[in-house]
Amino acid sequence: MISIKGLSKVFRTKDQDVHAVNDLEATIDSGEIFGVIGYSGAGKSTFIRLLNRLEDPSGGTINIDDREISSLSKGDLRLARQDMGMIFQHFNLLWSRTVEDNIAFPLEIAGVPKEERKERVDELVELVGLGGRGTSYPSQLSGGQKQRVGIARALANRPKVLLCDEATSALDPETTDSILDLLVDINAKLGLTIVLITHEMHVIRKICHRVAVMEDGKIVEEGDVLDVFLRPKQKVTKRFVDQVMGDPDRESSLSLIKEEYPLGEVAQLHFVGERTHQALISEVSRKFQVDVNVLHGKITQTQKGAYGTLIVHLEGEKEEIERALTYVRETSVEVEVALDV
Amino acid sequence: MFEQLFPNVQVDDMITATNETLFMTFFSVLGTFIFGLLLGLLLYLTGPGGIWQNKIANWITATFVNVFRAIPFIILILLLFPFTDFLVGTIRGPSAALPALIIGGAPFYARLVEIALKEVDKGVIEAAKAMGAKYRTIIFKVLLPESTPALISGLTVTAIALISYTAVAGVIGAGGLGDFAYFYGFQRNSFDVVFVCTVLIVIIVFVFQFIGDFASRKLDKR
Repeated sequence: MISIKGLSKVFRTKDQDVHAVNDLEATIDSGEIFGVIGYSGAGKSTFIRLLNRLEDPSGGTINIDDREISSLSKGDLRLARQDMGMIFQHFNLLWSRTVEDNIAFPLEIAGVPKEERKERVDELVELVGLGGRGTSYPSQLSGGQKQRVGIARALANRPKVLLCDEATSALDPETTDSILDLLVDINAKLGLTIVLITHEMHVIRKICHRVAVMEDGKIVEEGDVLDVFLRPKQKVTKRFVDQVMGDPDRESSLSLIKEEYPLGEVAQLHFVGERTHQALISEVSRKFQVDVNVLHGKITQTQKGAYGTLIVHLEGEKEEIERALTYVRETSVEVEVALDV
Repeated sequence: MFEQLFPNVQVDDMITATNETLFMTFFSVLGTFIFGLLLGLLLYLTGPGGIWQNKIANWITATFVNVFRAIPFIILILLLFPFTDFLVGTIRGPSAALPALIIGGAPFYARLVEIALKEVDKGVIEAAKAMGAKYRTIIFKVLLPESTPALISGLTVTAIALISYTAVAGVIGAGGLGDFAYFYGFQRNSFDVVFVCTVLIVIIVFVFQFIGDFASRKLDKR
């Protein structure tokens, strides 16, 4: 649905040319939540601003729904922008307007008649959970509420694409989660394509279907969120994965475990998007004559199911343990016994 | 009591002079607001990073503003005599003071307008662009409403400067309290007249300041 070919943006300064985005290729499917992650200076902010041409590309093409954004005239670009919502890190609301009037602003721009505008605004205020706050001014709202207004405003003209420029970076963790939930909700309800950029792996993990890792103006790694989590190839990706799965002391804990539990079997279970056997551990101990002892691990939930690693200790008859592990292997969970220390 | 303290003060004359001052102030503030706003917008929009960024247009506007701001007001009045004569048909009286007052005040206000516009959050302008807003929409629905409190407090400062300009204009026969204080007070050695004129001007200034502060505060929803 969105296809980007050879996209580049060069900022010319006095001493040098800065290639903020460098020959970037990407395809984003309709209805998916596509995340771009990178450290500051990786070019992700420039990338998202190129999509609605807040920055004009130096080269390459952007096609959204078979419309070539990169070659539109000024007038056509304005119309195309009305089909794309955008939300910002600092919300960028007009302080002089109430919540309702802020949400009505893009409708005014699109020339929607007053009656219709009012109706649509009421709908949106409810959609983003701001019922009753319609006549407040932005200064009277919390950060999370302001971003809700930003989202309602971005959705006003029923866009097909929503661009999120570090939309949760200025919010505390709890508010971040509630905004992310809202985005997932909107994505499901309206079938909207969401492109978001962030430096927080947490955001990617929680809501994205696919992720692209950006470094030096290029996408260095791209794929389903789970695949990238499970098999990060690039160093920078590994660092991001460690952000949420961070486990620097695993090596030392493994050797300790070996000493502590000489009997039975110690196994590592890799969850890679398990959905059907969410209660796997209790299932195993119920079905087989084994005691399962969770020693160490971390499981996290992604859009595609549970992801993470558990180190468990199984106690019981040797054959029973084998049968239990075979059962586990039949699910999507990967099993690793005979751990190397 | 009043007549003993201020033997030379004629209430009728004072009222006439006050009305003339108010007339000059009101219309010069109005004219300054319109032309200053236009000049200020032009400065901002053609300036670096503005939506009509244009070096030449910006240079011309800035030069015009700087030159007219540099000329002392008393000299500006004299300089504009032919222009005033052509425009108003006379060079005396309150109306004749208006062209000089506006041409003196507008460039001053233009700079304050430019500063006010520069204070508008760039992110909000960008958000409007991302929504597909036209330049006209950005100017009238984003830039001006978002800078209203600063535009009003700037206008208050300008209005007070204009009140003192009207007193200067009095010297060339524009009428008003400045004129009155000079010819009927100072030249006739009637210092009670000078004193009463001063008090009246101070009151007018205070009233303008109060209205300006009040409006600016009321409109600021930040």
